[in-house]
Amino acid sequence: MIPVAFDYHRPSSVDEAIELLSDDAKLLAGGHSLLPAMKLRLSSPGALIDIGRIAELNYIREDDGTIAIGATTTHHQIESSGLVSANASALAQAASVIGDPQVRNKGTIGGSLAHADPAADYPAAILALGAEIVVRGPDGARSIPADEFFFDLFLTALAPDEIITEVRVPAADKSAYVKFPHPASRFAVVGCAAASAGGAVRVAFTGVANAAFRDSGVEEALSGGLSEESIAAAAARAADGQEVLADHFAGEEYRRHLAKVFARKALAAIA
Amino acid sequence: MGVIGQSVKRVEDQRFITGKGRYTDDITLPNSTFAALVRSPHAHAAINSVDTTAAAAAAGVVAVFTGADLEAAGVGGLPCGWQVDFKSGDTMKEPAHPVLAATKVRHVGDPVAIVIAESREQAADAAELVTVDYEVLDAVVAATQATAEGAPQLFDDVPNNTPFDWELGDQAATDAALASAAHVTTLEYDNQRLIPNAIEPRCAIGDYDGARDHYTLYTSSQNPHVIRLLMTAFVLGLPEHKVRVVSPDVGGGFGSKIFHYAEEVLVTWCSRQLGRPVKWTASRSEAFLTDAHGRDHHTKVDLGLDADGNFVGLRVKTVANLGAYLSTFAPCVPTYLYGTLLQGLYTTPAVHVDVTGVFTNTTPVDALRGAGRPEATYVLERTVEQAALETGRDPAQLRSQNFIPPFDGVEQEGYQTQVALQYDSGNYGAVLEKALAAIGYDELRAEQAQARAAGNGRHIGIGFSTYIEACGIAPSAVVGALGARAGLFESAGVRVQPTGKVTVFTGSHSHGQGHETTFAQVVADGLGVGIEDVDIIHGDTESVPFGMGTYGSRSLAVGGTAIVKSMDKIKEKGAKIAAHLLEAAEEDLEFAEGSWTVRGTDQSIAFGEVALAAYVPHNFPEGLEPGLEFTSFYDPANFTFPFGAHIAVVEVDAETGVVAVRRYVAVDDVGNIVNPMIVEGQVHGGITHGIGQALFEEAVYDDSGQLISGSYMDYVLPRADDLPSFETDHTVTPCPHNPLGVKGAGETGTIGSPPAIVNAVIDALWPLGVRDLAMPLTPQKVWQAIQQAS
Repeated sequence: MIPVAFDYHRPSSVDEAIELLSDDAKLLAGGHSLLPAMKLRLSSPGALIDIGRIAELNYIREDDGTIAIGATTTHHQIESSGLVSANASALAQAASVIGDPQVRNKGTIGGSLAHADPAADYPAAILALGAEIVVRGPDGARSIPADEFFFDLFLTALAPDEIITEVRVPAADKSAYVKFPHPASRFAVVGCAAASAGGAVRVAFTGVANAAFRDSGVEEALSGGLSEESIAAAAARAADGQEVLADHFAGEEYRRHLAKVFARKALAAIA
Repeated sequence: MGVIGQSVKRVEDQRFITGKGRYTDDITLPNSTFAALVRSPHAHAAINSVDTTAAAAAAGVVAVFTGADLEAAGVGGLPCGWQVDFKSGDTMKEPAHPVLAATKVRHVGDPVAIVIAESREQAADAAELVTVDYEVLDAVVAATQATAEGAPQLFDDVPNNTPFDWELGDQAATDAALASAAHVTTLEYDNQRLIPNAIEPRCAIGDYDGARDHYTLYTSSQNPHVIRLLMTAFVLGLPEHKVRVVSPDVGGGFGSKIFHYAEEVLVTWCSRQLGRPVKWTASRSEAFLTDAHGRDHHTKVDLGLDADGNFVGLRVKTVANLGAYLSTFAPCVPTYLYGTLLQGLYTTPAVHVDVTGVFTNTTPVDALRGAGRPEATYVLERTVEQAALETGRDPAQLRSQNFIPPFDGVEQEGYQTQVALQYDSGNYGAVLEKALAAIGYDELRAEQAQARAAGNGRHIGIGFSTYIEACGIAPSAVVGALGARAGLFESAGVRVQPTGKVTVFTGSHSHGQGHETTFAQVVADGLGVGIEDVDIIHGDTESVPFGMGTYGSRSLAVGGTAIVKSMDKIKEKGAKIAAHLLEAAEEDLEFAEGSWTVRGTDQSIAFGEVALAAYVPHNFPEGLEPGLEFTSFYDPANFTFPFGAHIAVVEVDAETGVVAVRRYVAVDDVGNIVNPMIVEGQVHGGITHGIGQALFEEAVYDDSGQLISGSYMDYVLPRADDLPSFETDHTVTPCPHNPLGVKGAGETGTIGSPPAIVNAVIDALWPLGVRDLAMPLTPQKVWQAIQQAS
């Protein structure tokens, strides 16, 4: 439970942080995934770049119909934001069920997305809401659609020399996130987010596969709109064709079953 | 005095909740070094070689020692404190349990080398540089596999991985009773392995003082004298009087800190080699891997009933997984703490239990949270409930009709069971009736029937557990005959200071139980002083008389009685002094509310004045020694036998398999109660753990012997929001053989509750066709059972 020795940097701007980034360095925001991994010596970076105090990264504001959230905004700030609740409630709901109050007061949205734990809560909401992830590197900024962000276990479209600076969440008509938490870790065994905007419904899962994913089968079944029948039919297709995670707590069959149950719950919440 | 029976606030909590507790890890001695252990990543492997060159050369490293170094220095193995011989009469197989493995590792976490450095960080870094050449061997993990043909063998000198087998009761009578029974209920299941998870991980500091040729070991232990005895006499061969063992504030143990662990030996021995203090603190990962685990039984049970529902015979066959070595008290847990409890509260005329202890490539298993009695209670209470369900009887009524009739142990004799023990006193119907009334049994059954009729998917279940447990294991002569290599008395020194204040030196040990409050209440009541005038000292072999420590809910019944005995001697001597000062005859005096009074007069003298006279003996009885201090050792006549009735109400979500505990009623009888708040707190903690075992907790190994549930990411402990608000109550059937009339309350909750929860879930799902489920009842398991049944 003692990490390997490392250097510690505390830049005061994003530009300064980008300059410090190297193969041997890791960004530290809330530290709720990185520090435990370091204490278990599963991760031994030579340097930590603490971006937790860069003021320009902490905000929630409305920006032309979109909610812009700075990367170091904490889960607690997001769950208690009226702006987020009113326009992207799936995101607020996801934030509200992460870990426990201590975790929610320290952990950040940028840190969670960059870490890309397959059972993290945000990715499902980010995918269902059609958010964009703004990143910045030595060559400037770019915006990555959520659909193109999550690749695999802990793997994202974020380049090693880039920093997430902002998450841009378009307002949805209705959205919801529901989850079956692991009773020990409180990560999602299955988490499902559903969002409707302009008549289209997007549905995404976390905890089910190696990476969070949008479920096209479920979405297709809802092309005619949300009704009791269409929800039942759509939920029954949850995770079809997906390779599904299995562990001691939840094997494949049970996880597939939970995906259907929680798809129905999420869709019922926005119907 | 009215102090007994009051919910006095816990004296110790002020320091605990303000962060002022002093735990072993809070102690860092001047010039200290820090140790890290190199542990086996394999469950079973031969050690070809250990290369410490790089580690020894690393920054800050003071020394590195291996198993070979310890062997060469003549350091002995860890001893076992209980001997259970084979049914055949053959002696228990007791393979060596080296402090550091030299030739073979037998479980993941088995220590191979110790690295000592100037800082904890340097020690951790250097430990990674020790290279061990392992030849990995096949591992055996499950108890049921250990005796299979061709199973990997842990020790050359322990055939079939079996160090002992054991039986109790009348086998022929039991077989005959079952053969002629009208109905036999049979269950076969695993009582899963649990990991202790004390809040404070283990910690040990060795400090050799060359000037005095004297050792001090600070260790997070439940019984410092036992550790000192085992370590000096059996492992290191040190003179006992030259070794002091201190267990200061200890952050929970629940059994896991009874045992003598390798790290205690290592820091003591290494400190002598280096002439500097050596400190080791377990990481949470090490706690998961190396604190002795609990339970892990595979059991088959048959309960026979006659046509009227009377129990006629109980047959139990258990394989107990002991892990890789015999931990300190491992052999007694699945035998004398288990088989002897299988009579339960019932008059079953024939009982037989057969146990095989087996080694596997897993962490050693020993006493944990109830130790043996929860396993016995599960056997009985789960099976009795199943018998009720199978035969269409009401589970409360079936229990009731088989209860041993009330007996107080005074007018009526104690109850002789079929499995060696004689119960002290009991009124079993009373706890059940009180629990049924508290839960509103008839209304609940009506609600359940309604929900079933409505078919609305609400699966409500009601489950019972009427348990007995045994505390304060004793007397020494009996436990010695059963294989204990120790006495089981307790000691107490009571020192009255010249100003009448009182210091108590108890051989029992508080690691959360609240001794400083409960014992102070006993003393305040006995001597008529204020609670604030009493100080309780424990946990230091240099100040307290030889004591056996705290486990098995023994502190008040055994340790408290030792205090009472010392107080009796103080009052006897005090009366002589008081009589002298009052110029009255001793037999004319009575002692009440802190004063001696000449009966029928207003002439009296206060306890404090007598105390002062004892130390300033200007005017003193001729021939009487000055001072007012006595030490007593109390060896009880028998165990004490608390009992109770627990009822759980659950609701199962059939769609997800999630079990919600809606209500939990516990009516316990722990004899007289000194501090109801402390007892209630202990009951709450115990039930929480019992629900943890029933629904959540599970040590999971894969087939290669890797611990899958080795962190809080996977090992599920119950949390506040998993639990209902407990409804607790008591009846009082005093223990007839100790002066306080107390029985012990620390483990009733953890012993009574698991079967109540499981029974409630089975009751809920019985109409769906679910007949049995193995703990823990995880959502997946419940959901699968429902799928398979329907």
